[in-house]
Amino acid sequence: MAASGNQEVTLLGVRLSPFVIRVGIALNIKEVQYEFLEEILSAKSELLLKSNPVYKKVPVLIHDGKPICESMIIVQYIDDVWTRSGTTLMPTDPYQKAMHRFWTVYLDDKFEPSLYNLTMSQTEAAKAEAEEQTMAVLQLLEEAFVKMSNKGKPFFGGDTIGYLDIAIGSYLGWMRATEEIIGLKLLDDARIPLLCAWAENFCNNEAVRNVSPEIMKIVEYAKFLRSKYTPPPAK
Amino acid sequence: MASEKGVTLLDFWVSPFGQRARIALAEKGVHYEYKEQNLAEKSDLLLKSNPVYKKIPVLIHDGKPVCESLIIVQYIDEVWSDKSPLLPSDPYQKAQARFWADFVDKKVFDCGTRLWKLKGEEQEAAKKEMIEILQLLEAQLGDKKYFGGDTFGYVDVAFIPFNNWFYSYETLGNFSIEAVAPTLVEWVERCKERESVAKTIYDPKKVYEFVGYLQKKFGVA
Repeated sequence: MAASGNQEVTLLGVRLSPFVIRVGIALNIKEVQYEFLEEILSAKSELLLKSNPVYKKVPVLIHDGKPICESMIIVQYIDDVWTRSGTTLMPTDPYQKAMHRFWTVYLDDKFEPSLYNLTMSQTEAAKAEAEEQTMAVLQLLEEAFVKMSNKGKPFFGGDTIGYLDIAIGSYLGWMRATEEIIGLKLLDDARIPLLCAWAENFCNNEAVRNVSPEIMKIVEYAKFLRSKYTPPPAK
Repeated sequence: MASEKGVTLLDFWVSPFGQRARIALAEKGVHYEYKEQNLAEKSDLLLKSNPVYKKIPVLIHDGKPVCESLIIVQYIDEVWSDKSPLLPSDPYQKAQARFWADFVDKKVFDCGTRLWKLKGEEQEAAKKEMIEILQLLEAQLGDKKYFGGDTFGYVDVAFIPFNNWFYSYETLGNFSIEAVAPTLVEWVERCKERESVAKTIYDPKKVYEFVGYLQKKFGVA
C-alpha cells in the first residue's frame, strides 16, 4: 500500500518475498501509511546497500531515517512502536511470547529450506524427500496450533492475527504456487485440517489480502528460478 | 512433566548457548537448579522438554520448558523484569540489540565450527571470515563500555560466552584476536569483571581440549 508523499515510513522490498510480505502485513494491521520501494535484487539500490550493509537484503524498514533489518525483528519493532489497542501482535504473557518466537525460529530454520527444495525439485526422489520434510513441519505446526490458539480461536495469536500467524502466513502464497507447479497438496484438509481453516481465515483478512501477490505471479517466478536451479552436490 | 515450582536449566558445560542462559539468570539473581546433560545419551527430561530439537539449553520454569538460548534470555528478561534489564526500552535500540544478537547467532558459532572442522584452504577461508565477523562486531561496539552502552545488555550476553572459544579459534586458525580486534578484547576483560560472567566462565584450555575431542570424533586430520 503506497501513500504518496509520506516519507516517514519506507519499506524496501520485493513484492513476492515472504519476508517482505510479513512486514507489509504488520504495517497494514497497524494501519501505518508507508512507501514501498521495489528493489531489483540483481541491481541493489544505494539506499538498500546503505541501510543494510551487513546482509544487503530485503526487507528493510526505514522509519524516521533509521533502518531496521530482518523481517521478524522488523515485525517486533512495528508492534513496539505502533501500539493501537486491538492490534497487538505479541501476547503479553512471557511464556506465550516465547512460544511465538520458538515456532518462528523453527519455521525459518526448517520450513523455508524444505519448501524451497520442494519448489525446486526436479526428480521424483528430490520431490519425495522435500515433501516429507515439509509435511513434517506442517504436522508439528498443526499440533502447536491446538496449544496456542486457546481453544477454537481462529489464529495462533487468538482472536486476532499475531506474530506467529504473520511468520507462517507469509509463506502461504509460495505454498499454493508450489502445489500448482509440483502437483501435490500441502494444505491438505485430511492431514492438517486446523491449519487449513487457519489459512483461510488468514488469507481473508484485509491486511493480508492487500500485500498478497497473485499466485500466478509467484508460479511464473518460481518456474524461472527452477530453470536456473542446480541441485547441491550429493553429500 | 510434573508442574514443579522453580527454575531448572538443562545445559552442557561447554555450550556458549547454555552460558547465555546462566549469565542472564545470574544477572537477575534467580535461584535455579543446574542439570548437566549427557548429550551422547539424552535424558528423558531433555527429550520431553525439547522434543523438536532435543538440544540444550532448555529452561524449565514452573514445569514449562523454554528452548533456544536467545528466546530463553528474552524470557528471563521479561519474567524477572524488576532487575538488570537486558533489552533497552526504546523500540529502535531494542531492534538493534536483536539484530546484533541474531548476527552473533548466525555467524560466530558456524564459522568457528568450520575453523576446527576443516583443513587447508577451507580452514583459511573460515579464519578470514572469523576475522571479518570480529571486526564488524568491534566496529559495532565502538567506544562504548558494552554493546548495550553503559549497561551490560542483550548483545553482551549473546556474545561474551564465545570468548571461552577464542583461544581455540586463535590456536587452530593461527591468528591473534587481540591483533585484529583489540577493543573487543578490552570489552571481554570488562565483562569478565561482572560476577555473572566470572561465575559462569570456564578455562579456555579445557574448551580447546574439548575441541580436540570433537576433531577426533569427526575424523579431522
